[in-house]
Amino acid sequence: MAMEFLRPATWDEALAAKAEHPGALPISGGTDVMVEINFDATRPEYLLDLTRIEELTDWSADGERLRIGAGVTYTSLIADLADRLPGLAMASRTVGSPQIRNRGTVAGNLGSASPAGDAHPPLLADDAVVEAHSARGVRHIPITEFYTGVKRNALEPDELIAAVLVPPADGPQQFAKIGTRNAMVISVTAFGLALHPSTGTVGAAFGSAAPTPRRATKAEQFLAAELTESGRWDSRAELDPAAVTRFGALVAEAATPIDDVRGTADYRTHALSVMARRTLVWAWTDYRRKRVRTCA
Amino acid sequence: MSTPTRTEQNLGADIAGGVGESPLRPDGTLKVTGEFAYSSDLWLTGMLWGATLRSPHPSARIRSIDITEAVRTDGVYAVLTHDDVPGDNLYGLEHADQPVLAGDVIRYQGEAVAIVAADHPETARRAVNKIVVDYEVHEPLTDPEQAVFDSTAPALHEGGNVLRHLPIRRGDPDATADVVVHGEYEVGMQDQAFLGPESGLAVPADDGGIDLYIATQWLHVDQKQLCRVLGMPANKVRLSLAGVGGAFGAREDLSMQAHACLLALQTGRPVKMMYSREESFFGHVHRHPAKMRYEHGATRDGKLVYVKAQIILDGGAYASSTPAVVANAATLGVGPYKVRNVSVDCYGVYTNNPPCGAMRGFGAVQAAFGYESQMDKLADALDMDPVEVRTRNALHEGATMPTGQVVDSAAPVEELLERVKAMPLPPEPNASDLDGYDLRLLPGGVSNTTHGEGVRRGVGYAIGIKNVCFSEGFDDYSTARVTLKVNGGDAVATVYTAAAEVGQGLVTVQQQIARTELGVEQVVIQPADTGVGSGGSTSASRQTYVTGGAVKAACEQVRARVLRQAAKHLDLPASQLRLHAGKIVSADEAVVAAVVDVLGGETITETVTWRHRPTHPLDENGQGNAHVQYAFAAHRAIVDVDVELGLVRVVQLDCAQDVGKAMNPDAVVGQIHGGSAQGLGLAVMEEIQVSGGMVRNPSFTDYLIPTILDMPPMQVDVLELADPNAPYGLRGVGEPPTISSTPAIVAAIRHATGADLTRVPVQPHHITGTP
Ligand SMILES: Cc1cc2nc3c(=O)[nH]c(=O)nc-3n(C[C@H](O)[C@H](O)[C@H](O)COP(=O)(O)OP(=O)(O)OC[C@H]3O[C@@H](n4cnc5c(N)ncnc54)[C@H](O)[C@@H]3O)c2cc1C
Repeated sequence: MAMEFLRPATWDEALAAKAEHPGALPISGGTDVMVEINFDATRPEYLLDLTRIEELTDWSADGERLRIGAGVTYTSLIADLADRLPGLAMASRTVGSPQIRNRGTVAGNLGSASPAGDAHPPLLADDAVVEAHSARGVRHIPITEFYTGVKRNALEPDELIAAVLVPPADGPQQFAKIGTRNAMVISVTAFGLALHPSTGTVGAAFGSAAPTPRRATKAEQFLAAELTESGRWDSRAELDPAAVTRFGALVAEAATPIDDVRGTADYRTHALSVMARRTLVWAWTDYRRKRVRTCA
Repeated sequence: MSTPTRTEQNLGADIAGGVGESPLRPDGTLKVTGEFAYSSDLWLTGMLWGATLRSPHPSARIRSIDITEAVRTDGVYAVLTHDDVPGDNLYGLEHADQPVLAGDVIRYQGEAVAIVAADHPETARRAVNKIVVDYEVHEPLTDPEQAVFDSTAPALHEGGNVLRHLPIRRGDPDATADVVVHGEYEVGMQDQAFLGPESGLAVPADDGGIDLYIATQWLHVDQKQLCRVLGMPANKVRLSLAGVGGAFGAREDLSMQAHACLLALQTGRPVKMMYSREESFFGHVHRHPAKMRYEHGATRDGKLVYVKAQIILDGGAYASSTPAVVANAATLGVGPYKVRNVSVDCYGVYTNNPPCGAMRGFGAVQAAFGYESQMDKLADALDMDPVEVRTRNALHEGATMPTGQVVDSAAPVEELLERVKAMPLPPEPNASDLDGYDLRLLPGGVSNTTHGEGVRRGVGYAIGIKNVCFSEGFDDYSTARVTLKVNGGDAVATVYTAAAEVGQGLVTVQQQIARTELGVEQVVIQPADTGVGSGGSTSASRQTYVTGGAVKAACEQVRARVLRQAAKHLDLPASQLRLHAGKIVSADEAVVAAVVDVLGGETITETVTWRHRPTHPLDENGQGNAHVQYAFAAHRAIVDVDVELGLVRVVQLDCAQDVGKAMNPDAVVGQIHGGSAQGLGLAVMEEIQVSGGMVRNPSFTDYLIPTILDMPPMQVDVLELADPNAPYGLRGVGEPPTISSTPAIVAAIRHATGADLTRVPVQPHHITGTP
């Protein structure tokens, strides 16, 4: 029952190892993996350590998008990308404690695909793409197709996440998360919002209120249409309070939460509507003050 | 014998500071630099690791246990079940009703069934999983009210499910009043959440006995229970205190002590056991959940006429300290108020829920949430200020408790309330300025849920009462051995007790007392073990009182001998001499000799067993002088509540407490900060959620305790109104701040939201009203 510890020095070696041992469990920051192992919840034959592969810790501008390597920690994301990816940076700030943020990665959050993962709502709101590699080649998985079930994702057994591709913000972004403690808390429910003035669209997504992180598509469409039809993208006029309320209600409607040890289903639904309304007002206030870049 | 640890422990560091000063802790630097050896750091080469198999069911009968596969595992040295317990397979603090290893009955989820020793902790855990237990699973009894009132409920122990019913009757049972308020309240199951998990090392000795290095609150009560389980006399069962990483009551009962000893004796090898955080939640008792019904009657001008209460405390599967918890909740059940007519019925019951026992402020914490909620309700009904209604009924010295006991030292209830009320308030939040926010100061904190929207401020007050030391006629004593001799040209005192330092600073206070009484600079604290008489329990806010009293008394005897000796040398009456700063000083303040010269090569040793004044049992009406001393603390809480999301930030938590004498002012304030934080935890987040007898959140992922962003700054006001019965006039400090903190915070949340809030911890959906 020994556990092999594979330590590839290059990405190609990592992909080869994953092809040879599809059951190998990748480990990046280990902040989820080590908890599972310590609890004996998982006992993989092979652990595939990705921390020696230096290129994974880089981020770069990749055409229209930012390419965040799978080894980029929350701490460096907050330090380097808060201006270009404000929503993701806000979410990253709420993850665990400084120690966890120093090791934990967005790729690890995606690997775990927990409905409570804080990176998911902003990734969904921002139309991210997961760049999966295998010895067979490269696959770009749109974020909306990535989450396939409770703690399940669309990766094939021989695939690894190389990077996440995220368009830099073209408008204001917000993230809010409910926890019953004022720091260092797993979300009871969380909400991410991205306004996209350049395309006249809206991204709105939540966590911990459905089996997977989820976009509130109707709410997105309603708000985009409302802003477009009323000419507010250009006029930057104050929001119609009724529209704000409606947006909150539509976000709540998209949720299918459960009662669990962290909160009740009804509370989650209620809290989502409040967070959706508030974050919209904050984002719109930013937009009206042109405090954010308006083009990519 | 020195403790087998990987780093050296030096508790004898030479630091100045007598009683009333705040010298540094002798163990402080080691702790802050991470070098202090806790019980989890115990280590001997060749030691084995123990692991425990626990029942997954809260109620079951064991049909059979098959250990074949576990025994066959490579690296496994022993697999033991109840058949292998040489003595009595029962332990317990007062009532021995809990099996060391379950026989045929399982009474709670997590009950220990079998133990394994192996050469690696992981091997031991894996072998545990190979033990096959055939359980006949039963429906658990989980409703404490059913345990009291439903005679058809299955009896979990001989004698039924009511472990203790304590009635308190005083005055007219039929008294009526103009204004009556009713309330039903609930307190959830809080955990002590100490940071150092249960751990210890048992070493088999050449004489056939055992040496156990252990983090505990009371070495001798562990020893007494172990002797019974192991079938050995006390001289064969020797315990030494290992580094204790917090206790708060959770280390009063045995956890892995007997298991490690059994495995060590069986294998002839040292055995270490250390619980994981998850196992820790099953390995110790918790705070009793309570269901309380209160009725308060008062005159129109706010004077209490009567209080009726029914308090049900869920003791879970085994007795632990439930009888004492019942006594506190009942005798202190109306709070620090004068009430002529009282009728309280307090029940402690058995259920198939996790066993509950000691936790900081026990009994008093639960009752305070009930009676203080009622005082606020009464204030509302009378349209009176909540502090006013309290001060109108405030207990004071000379007043009579519902037990008939007359309060015979300071009881500054009114003054404490007035003091917290008079403290400066924090600035009002500027609601209109949604830009000038600092997330860390808002409800929801860094999770960014409000920039000021929905936030309302509330202020709440509460005061609590706690008995200090053991009550109801318990023979409550401590033993201290103090030695004085010359070492390296200086007079050095050594203090030796079995009292447990659990982080509260007892070692510092012992040094301070010896410095003050003996006038020496250097005081060595010898490691605590069972080589000296019992120090009693580190609980009930009693150690500075009782062990402090014992150290003081032993020092006085040593001092008397030094002075007698000096008197003989100097040919002066001993009564005219005193010790100061290493010198013998005469009545006219002249230095007449040095202590080192008087001592010469001699070692002076005195051992004293010291008792506080006796207490007495309660009669069938709950009447009697059951308590040694009462202690009081008051809190004012200021909260900001996001009323739409139900999230709370405690903005400020202020406390005034009478400590009789601040033996170590920094340590006193530390206790008040810590106790208040623990009360804050109970108010807004801490609860072991149990459903059908099963614990749903046995981890720090979902059992939340306050962080530095949850615990606000405090203004602390310490009163020193001496109790003439106590050493130095001191009053126990540790528990009172935990008691009033919770109801003050809940009162503030009610004030901010208008919500009823009859249960702690308050959850967001209680505030938002969403189910
Ligand atoms: C104390 C504590 C607090 C926490 N608080 C939060 C919180 O507030 N919010 C939150 O969202 N999470 C929290 N977490 C969970 C965890 O920190 C996050 O999910 C984090 O993003 C995981 O990243 P990691 O790099 O440590 O992943 P790892 O543990 O290394 O891996 C996680 C999963 O991803 C897989 N994986 C890792 N890298 C790759 C790759 N390149 N390709 C394919 N699969 C991969 C692993 O196999 C594993 O299944 C907390 C954890 C702890 C211990």
